[in-house]
Amino acid sequence: MNRRHLFISFFAAICLYPQAEAQRIKGSDTLLPLTQELAEEYLDSHPDEEIIVTGGGSGVGIAALPENTTDIAMASRRIRFSEKMKFADLGLDVREVIVAYDALAVVVNPSNPVDSLTREQLEAIFRGKVTNWKEVGGDDCRIVVYSRETSSGTYEFFKESVLENKNYMSSILSMPATGAIIQSVRQTRGAIGYIGLAYLNRYVKPLAVSYDGGSHYAYPSVGTAASGQYPIVRPLYYYYDPRKEAEVSSFISFALSPEGQESVLEQGFIPVRMESPAEARQMDASEE
Amino acid sequence: MKRVLEHAVRWLLTASGFVTSAVILLIIGFLFTEGAGLFREHVIEEGYVLALNRDNPVKEMSAAEIKAVFDEDIVSWKDLGWKDIPVETFRLEDIGRYFTEAELGPQYEHAGSAIAGLVSSHPGMIAFVPESMIPQEAGLNFIEDSTISFSEVIAGPEWFPTATPAPLFGMWPLLAGTLWVSLFAILIALPFGISIAVYMAEVASEKVRNFLKPVIELLNGIPSVVYGFFGLIVIVPMLQRVFGLPVGESGLAGSLVLAIMALPTIVTVAEDAMRNCPRSLREASLALGATKWQTISKVVIPSSMSGIASGVVLGIGRAVGETMAVLMVTGNAAVVPTTILEPLRTIPATIAAELGEAPAGGAHYQSLFLLGVILFFITFFINLCVEFISSRGKVRNS
Repeated sequence: MNRRHLFISFFAAICLYPQAEAQRIKGSDTLLPLTQELAEEYLDSHPDEEIIVTGGGSGVGIAALPENTTDIAMASRRIRFSEKMKFADLGLDVREVIVAYDALAVVVNPSNPVDSLTREQLEAIFRGKVTNWKEVGGDDCRIVVYSRETSSGTYEFFKESVLENKNYMSSILSMPATGAIIQSVRQTRGAIGYIGLAYLNRYVKPLAVSYDGGSHYAYPSVGTAASGQYPIVRPLYYYYDPRKEAEVSSFISFALSPEGQESVLEQGFIPVRMESPAEARQMDASEE
Repeated sequence: MKRVLEHAVRWLLTASGFVTSAVILLIIGFLFTEGAGLFREHVIEEGYVLALNRDNPVKEMSAAEIKAVFDEDIVSWKDLGWKDIPVETFRLEDIGRYFTEAELGPQYEHAGSAIAGLVSSHPGMIAFVPESMIPQEAGLNFIEDSTISFSEVIAGPEWFPTATPAPLFGMWPLLAGTLWVSLFAILIALPFGISIAVYMAEVASEKVRNFLKPVIELLNGIPSVVYGFFGLIVIVPMLQRVFGLPVGESGLAGSLVLAIMALPTIVTVAEDAMRNCPRSLREASLALGATKWQTISKVVIPSSMSGIASGVVLGIGRAVGETMAVLMVTGNAAVVPTTILEPLRTIPATIAAELGEAPAGGAHYQSLFLLGVILFFITFFINLCVEFISSRGKVRNS
């Protein structure tokens, strides 16, 4: 073997090696920034591995699993029954891991005297059945309902959880981004909207929400969401094929480690394991 | 050598002309083929059926009725032409409520027959399930699935492109919103634009004009998202205070932003037209004893009317196609507007906001392309108007 051969094979090895070992993660755009952050931290301690993270939506990620174009699928919703059927048809199995939780806060203008609403009231408001704040115990003022665009995962989740899969009213105001919702709610007296917990700030007022007809209300915070008192919470999942367990387990266990969960909290999500209620309270305090 | 070079240049020019035209035609063709696909799609989501109990005689339901049923707005079969039995809806996601995993089998092989049994035992049930799951001999009735109709799309009053089981693609609110917001934009921009143009062409001194013209043209260079941001932070709260509106995001906010954006086009084109007014006309008018104002209003403006009109129409074209600024300030509520002080949704804003997540090749995706086709026809018509107006002007002036 002369030097040229040696060089070519060496070059080929460099080109091929990382691709063969790279882990592919695909799916939900909600989870995308978090997973990128986790991957970066993971690679700091595992410099010889490679991880490729791409978005596209939960459905895209889950559809890519049986086609073997991804190793881990990120999903901001649970795998659908119809998707599970597809896996079953191919004789495949799928494992799910919850990496974090995401809570949605229902916010109103700070001048609004209403503090709490039940799920039924929220459904009526977002479906246009209740149009004045005085019907839910507020001032005589028209309710202006803000929502996200249909392309957003938040839109789908809110529809599923609060509206029980019914449609929003057609005259709902849809905003292109969470920032726009905050800005509009801040400057509109009768406004109501929903945003991710991480976006809460002092310009908008979060509402306490009850899913049991008004017996228990809870304000949104990392603590109440983690303890299960706050109801509008969705788990964020990683899905993978159990046959690939050996390849993906290292990254997933890093994501679930205290270090990984630290960045979950930094990215504005709720960690899977809260060590103690005292810690949760401390986190709430430091947030304010 | 020189001749070869000349030949080469000529070929290059011809080729670039043809390639550009071909690309434009290809883009339009692509738009049309994608958009037309919508009318081949079925009302009910691909691969799914709406299964009914055997006793249920209902055969046909429109997309709007299907949505009302699954939204629990229609709660009795009486409204759909059967007897007074409450409607029970069933989606595949609800299966956990009726059956355990064990009953469905490890590979869900019993799911189909379980659902068929469930529907058979509930007379008022309507089930939204994959076609392949229902066994052949189940003895259920199905809602007949038709393709999406043209009139339902163009004149339909509701835009719910992601509703399941049956999305609604009523484009009338979007079309009306686009035209409505552009109309008001041009009503606002027109007086301002013309007066600025007259001022710059006839009244202002050379020094002032040299300062004003670049400033107004600078407005053209501001990215539209910046206008949108300005509109959301400044114009929206201002309108809310001035008119005492419950909600500031409105057609008027969009019209104001669009008017500001259309101004430079109107001003530049109209001013150029006025300055190109033949010197002989002007001097003849002054020689007849007309004052400066009489000359401007009776001679200069009428003679440059075609130029002014093309400026206005180009401004409308800009307003109709504007996306980002409108997306941020109009509130994007898909309702047919009745006043300009209510939120509305325009076609470009809809395409921009929804194309990102619409699955490629699906009905939603195709409906967005169809919206693109409609927008294309609007701007095409506007451009034809410009051509017509300016060609008429040329004939008269010569």
